[in-house]
Amino acid sequence: MDPASGRDQAADVLVEGAVVSSVDEPGKGSAAGGARVLECDGLVLAPGLVDLHAHLREPGGEDRETVESGTRAAAVGGYTAVAAMANTEPVADDAAVIQEVLALGARAGHCEVFPVGAITKGLAGGALAEMGEMASLGVRIFSDDGHSVPNSRLMRMAMEYSRAFDVVIAEHAQDESLTEDWQMHEGPTSALLGLVGAPSEAEEIIVSRDLLLARLTGARIHFCHLSAAGAVEMVAAAKGNGLRVTAEVTPHHLTLTDVDLVEYDTNLKVNPPLRSAEDRQALIQALAAGAIDAVATDHAPHAVQEKDREFDQAPSGTIGLETALGAVLSLVYEERLTLLRAVEAMSTAPARILGAAGQGGPVQAGCPANLVIFDPDATWIVQAPFASLSANSAFIGRTVRGKVLHTMFKGKPVVSDGTPEH
Amino acid sequence: MIKHLLSMNQLSSEDVARILDTANSFREVGTRVIKKVPALRGRSVVNLFYENSTRTRISFELAAKRLSADVINFSSTGTSVAKGESLKDTALTLQAMGADAIVIRHPSSGAPYALTRWVTGNVVNAGDGTHEHPTQALLDLYTVREHLGHIDGLRVAIIGDVLHSRVARSLTFGLSMMGAETTLVGPPTLIPPDAPVWGAEVSYQMDEVLPKLDVCYMLRVQNERQQKQFFPSVREYARLYGLSRERVAALPEGAMIMHPGPMNRGVEIASEVADLPQAVMEEQVTNGIAIRMSLLYLMMSDA
Repeated sequence: MDPASGRDQAADVLVEGAVVSSVDEPGKGSAAGGARVLECDGLVLAPGLVDLHAHLREPGGEDRETVESGTRAAAVGGYTAVAAMANTEPVADDAAVIQEVLALGARAGHCEVFPVGAITKGLAGGALAEMGEMASLGVRIFSDDGHSVPNSRLMRMAMEYSRAFDVVIAEHAQDESLTEDWQMHEGPTSALLGLVGAPSEAEEIIVSRDLLLARLTGARIHFCHLSAAGAVEMVAAAKGNGLRVTAEVTPHHLTLTDVDLVEYDTNLKVNPPLRSAEDRQALIQALAAGAIDAVATDHAPHAVQEKDREFDQAPSGTIGLETALGAVLSLVYEERLTLLRAVEAMSTAPARILGAAGQGGPVQAGCPANLVIFDPDATWIVQAPFASLSANSAFIGRTVRGKVLHTMFKGKPVVSDGTPEH
Repeated sequence: MIKHLLSMNQLSSEDVARILDTANSFREVGTRVIKKVPALRGRSVVNLFYENSTRTRISFELAAKRLSADVINFSSTGTSVAKGESLKDTALTLQAMGADAIVIRHPSSGAPYALTRWVTGNVVNAGDGTHEHPTQALLDLYTVREHLGHIDGLRVAIIGDVLHSRVARSLTFGLSMMGAETTLVGPPTLIPPDAPVWGAEVSYQMDEVLPKLDVCYMLRVQNERQQKQFFPSVREYARLYGLSRERVAALPEGAMIMHPGPMNRGVEIASEVADLPQAVMEEQVTNGIAIRMSLLYLMMSDA
């Protein structure tokens, strides 16, 4: 399955060193003596998955995840590239932290790590962080994720400034004045459960603001984890008007809704919250049609004692690197998405948004061998132990269809038969 | 009877009828000189109260003691909770001590649900955040039935800060289940837009609703809500939604006035109205003990 070349057929793929050396018809591929052969009958080979949005927690949150454990979890999930969000401690708002994360990723060697730079210093929503310095280190995405850029002027300045560099600003769209003390989506379920709700409008207001500012400034804008039908509508319309806007959606927003929270399960407490069935349908349709470009996990590890408590005391977030493919494949099985579109949304499109050369395919001679091989039919139950250091998965106990068997990073197997190599 | 009472929606109308009927016999116990029956002798009931409460805690304590159970009162001040012990660890400690039933009041909606994951005994929700207060609804249903003989077909208004009221939720579910017609009344900022899903009408005009009521149920309104702009002033709130002497005159004859307590006299209810004979708050309190005896008995003796 190679969306970049449009290829959807059986093939023999030869990898030599760090690159794909040939892609031939089945049976025609010839391996030099001593080559390891992976029989992939019934399996799918695709460009390695690319995650635009993961929280690797290091520096500062090493009890919940490290770059090492997080990238291992990514590899187990079929990812060969991960963008690591900036809300670490200290915040990734300067060269020092960016270099640290790059070094940690290189040392771990499980997949490529793209540190995301903060838009504002300390994520405080005040002064701009040094975008130029971080961009020179290879940072391609800037985001204050966890927070929205708090006012229009600041967002305008950040967008205008970003135009000097080949980067994109990724917004976590949440009008925080409308979401004070929020616990879940505002709707019939929140009214029933006696939990303070965050209305969809809190996301839509910021999406609307940022689209208008993108129009004003000509900057690229990317929206993190869209969750509301109204926001999706606005993004689709903006694309139709030629704006350089992209968007991502999480596997949990594609498969779960607010009704799933009736037992106050804190693993389903996420930001943005799981919304209504109508919102979920809009997200699926938009992903299928391309109005939403990519799937991104928003992998957010939390410690057991943080989550195993009163709902309103628990932080929001779910891990997702290891379950993303299975969740998206469920939509393929429900015939809401084609397999080719699913792979494109999880690999080729995010690679393009990230500007990650060598990721997302094409799977052809001369291209870096960042590949995933998965069994689309194998079923498994989501449960601990995870490769991630944390176990707060929204999908615990569920049966998933679709399992990653092999992940190859720059020609080297990092996951074989579902198990990490190191 | 169900093992845990976390929400009114877990009960069927048959369950509710049974709890109310059983309460009749237990109410009689409260009139004796020796107010005790041996039904739960040797069983232990823990009152786990993370919120200050006078009437509910004492009510549960008396209910358990009149059934001869051993009662432990655990409040959050001056205990391990003040030292930062998690709800989970407190629950596991009580479990290790062999608590047969835990009655929990907690400021977080859903806390009783979490508790059921950590203990094997019965869990009774005595009020969780802004979610539910099932035993209050049950004693209110009982009080109404005692006065008017039935619940189905009655017209009830619940008036006040519905948004933040666990009593409003539980009572609306209970009334709907037993066939009454409920109208929720208050300023639009204090009534969830999705409230009709609970089986109730909504009105912002108290005076239009009063003339047709069998039961006028007033909710306490907290002064903090004014700080958050839910209404501009207490004065305006009392003027538009307070049960004044004039408004009582608009109620049909024989209509009941109820309030879960504690009252803000002069805000949601005029002081002299609270003392009228048709205001049955003291009966609600008495009935509360009987209802809680009934519930504990039915749940813990696995009847």
